[in-house]
Amino acid sequence: MLMFTLRRLSLFLFTMVLLSILTFSLRYFFPGDMLINLSGEVNANAQRLNQLAIDYKIHQSIFSQYWQYLVNIYHGNFGLSMASHLPIKQEIVSLLPATIELSIMALTIAMLIGIPLGFIAAIYHQTKADNIILTFAIVGHSIPVFWLGLLIILIFSIQLAWFPSAGNLSLLFEIPQRTGFLFIDIILSDNPYKWQAFANALRHIILPASVVALAPATVFIRLARTAMMEVLETNYIQAVKTKGLSFMQIIYHHAIRNALIKMIRHIGLQFATLITFAMITEVIFSWPGIGRWLIISIGQRNYTAIQYGLLVLSVFIFVVHIITDFIYAALNPLARERNHGS
Amino acid sequence: MMLTRQLNYNFLIQLFSVNFLLVLAACSPVDNDIRKNSIHDDSVIYCAEGSPETFNPQLVTSGTTIDASAKQLYDRLLAFNPEDNSLIPALAKSWHITHDGKMITFYLRKNVSFNHTDYFTPTRKLNADDVIFSFKRILDKNNPYHDVSGGKYPFFQTIKFSQLVNDVEKINDYTVRFKLNHSDSSFLSNLATDFSVILSAEYAEHLIKTKQKNLLDKRPIGTGPYKLKEFRSGSFIRFYRNPDYWAHPIKIEQLVYDITPINTGRLTKLLTKECDVISYPIAHNKIINHSDFNLDSVTSFNVGYLGFNVTKPPFDNILVRKAIAHAINFAAIIHIIYGDQAQLASSLLPENSWAHSKTKNKYQYSIPLAKSLLERAGYAQGFTMDLWAMPIQRAYNPNALKMAKLIQADLQHIGIKVKIVSYQWNTFLRRLANGEHDAVLLGWSADQADPDNFFTPLLSCAARYTGGNRTFWCNKDYDQLLAKALSTSELAIRKQYYQQALAIIDNELPLLPIAHSKRYQARIKTVKGQILPPFGGIDFSNVSKQVLENSSQDLAQKSKINILDETKIGDN
Repeated sequence: MLMFTLRRLSLFLFTMVLLSILTFSLRYFFPGDMLINLSGEVNANAQRLNQLAIDYKIHQSIFSQYWQYLVNIYHGNFGLSMASHLPIKQEIVSLLPATIELSIMALTIAMLIGIPLGFIAAIYHQTKADNIILTFAIVGHSIPVFWLGLLIILIFSIQLAWFPSAGNLSLLFEIPQRTGFLFIDIILSDNPYKWQAFANALRHIILPASVVALAPATVFIRLARTAMMEVLETNYIQAVKTKGLSFMQIIYHHAIRNALIKMIRHIGLQFATLITFAMITEVIFSWPGIGRWLIISIGQRNYTAIQYGLLVLSVFIFVVHIITDFIYAALNPLARERNHGS
Repeated sequence: MMLTRQLNYNFLIQLFSVNFLLVLAACSPVDNDIRKNSIHDDSVIYCAEGSPETFNPQLVTSGTTIDASAKQLYDRLLAFNPEDNSLIPALAKSWHITHDGKMITFYLRKNVSFNHTDYFTPTRKLNADDVIFSFKRILDKNNPYHDVSGGKYPFFQTIKFSQLVNDVEKINDYTVRFKLNHSDSSFLSNLATDFSVILSAEYAEHLIKTKQKNLLDKRPIGTGPYKLKEFRSGSFIRFYRNPDYWAHPIKIEQLVYDITPINTGRLTKLLTKECDVISYPIAHNKIINHSDFNLDSVTSFNVGYLGFNVTKPPFDNILVRKAIAHAINFAAIIHIIYGDQAQLASSLLPENSWAHSKTKNKYQYSIPLAKSLLERAGYAQGFTMDLWAMPIQRAYNPNALKMAKLIQADLQHIGIKVKIVSYQWNTFLRRLANGEHDAVLLGWSADQADPDNFFTPLLSCAARYTGGNRTFWCNKDYDQLLAKALSTSELAIRKQYYQQALAIIDNELPLLPIAHSKRYQARIKTVKGQILPPFGGIDFSNVSKQVLENSSQDLAQKSKINILDETKIGDN
């Protein structure tokens, strides 16, 4: 396990260095004044610009610029948003949790639907149930997420009026931001309408989370199906079968557990795709998350937001990957012994 | 394969029942709770079209900013009577004008409290110092706040406020006197506009002490019906009611502006009842036919017109201008260009102006009449003209190019060939000022309800040089009438002068008024009270929410039925 941890950490470190070089180099590609793009201080006067040039070590060698860049990141000094003139750090801290909440909810829905369906498809391999589930998986995978989002709003918000169409909470509820995670903040708040707010937040998250969940769910169906079929083919399953265990016992006690372990790494890998879908869904559902903020920033040419938003989001996805790797390794001793990253 | 057949379907059901119960549990019971005795009962969410730039209307002319600040957070010395647009007392309980019209004394209401907010707690009520501060800030370049937030007061610059007002002085704690350089009867109306708000002098001093002067316009303190709680640009504005509002109690607790720039987004939020009131709705018929919603409208103080360059032949000939007036089918334009969302103009003034009186349009659509007029003018064979169409979209003219094409087709019937000309907006304005055009489709949005705001900027001789008068028409009698109208404050007499001025325009026809556009808004029927005042802006001070007795029923469910089958449930 120690070797495994070290290996992962060195991978993490190198990826971070590459990532920081990439985002660092962005400053040479953005049009306009580099200092303003870096600091986001659009209205800075000459005196302030001089100060900024010193702060960012802009007249020194590229290496000290890069070092200063790392120092700034370490201190969370991301400059100001060119659109709102608020510190980028503050914006990210308030927006990222909303995206995480949406992604976790979506991931939960995707797992709760995708994995059982995949298992059923494997168990009923080459029957009608299998075909129906596979068809669903392919159709679900092919639907463009923005189109699905609009369609879902049309049906469930406008026609059926079951769920709200935008945002993550009715604006009437005044919930002070503490952790940034809305559900936790609601529970921590002393608002007399706390439980109404909680229910309201739940109603708000269901539609966007389902939209985000669809594509990963279809991937989980296929992965779970393959994993379960592989497990059912293994010798130990054949062995317990000959022992005369009932089919239900085999599935519950032996097959599901082993198939699930195979899934864990894939769930982590799906996270990057999930975030991409979440970004688009956030735009459609006006979800106040980092994805929508980033897409709006691109439209506004808000370069500070693009640079640091990109960095934070990439780091976040990478950290999730590493964490799932560890969970996988902890659950599956075989993975720890492998020498190469696969 | 043997294995698969042995498994019964219970397994499948077990796996799924848990998942779906989890998801479903979240929605149905919740739906009922949220409407019953809920926070929605005494709150209103307004879907606004944009974020305000500031919370001080003195600094801007943008409608979105005015909507978010003027009538919600502040009061003015005077107000307009919604019935006939005459002036009524507001923060000033009465006023007195000297004979020469140069000294105006305001007697202030006592016991008017400023908003108590998280960021400032006022210790005194409104008095003369607040009024003097509010106007000195604009007038006095040495005032510590004059240059805070840019030092530009566009409305006051347009009306030449600093040239007009010589001084504002305090007589006693509740009496303020304005000394004018010359009499101007639109002065009082200007003080009643959304721009002339009264700020808190005490708050201003407090900010000087704490060295936060720039917060005066960002974290406003006014005397208005609501106070600001929270503003997040691009997202929302949260107001709470002012419990000590001097005029009347405010019936709703919380007012939230949900900033939704996309108009389909606003419509969706109305249909899903996420917003109680939405600005500038689309799909009017859908809203009108829906039993849960009302569509409100008010004619705006603006006018879209066809102006002739009277210095260029053949438009120097009144007969030619009249012939064109008869040849254009304006009813069709209202229908096609404005989608019937405008009022056909019978004169320069919209009909909710007090100076308006009902007149019949003299220039009926009649091709034969137009032809005979053209013959009398000596252009029986017709001629070729350039028609300039403004390249941008405005409420008073949503599509000038298309309108120009309709006019082109109409004028063909009387033998006039129309060439449509358009440039980029800046170029367009510059070349217009040079008088390069024959005729132009343009418009005007008034800053305030005073009729002078239409007459002087659009057609006075002086406006030929300062920008508004693109017809280059100049009539001494007309100018004299306007001057006379401004020098008296008797409404009845002013109205007579303006009627005479309108008659001159009607006879000489330097421009043809086409339409006054309307401002629309849609709301859920349970929201009561007037929101759109006839003279512009929005005002939530009279709003209340009707709580239905059966509100515990699922409202959302009702609206579902209504959308699917609107005819069945008529009396909901």
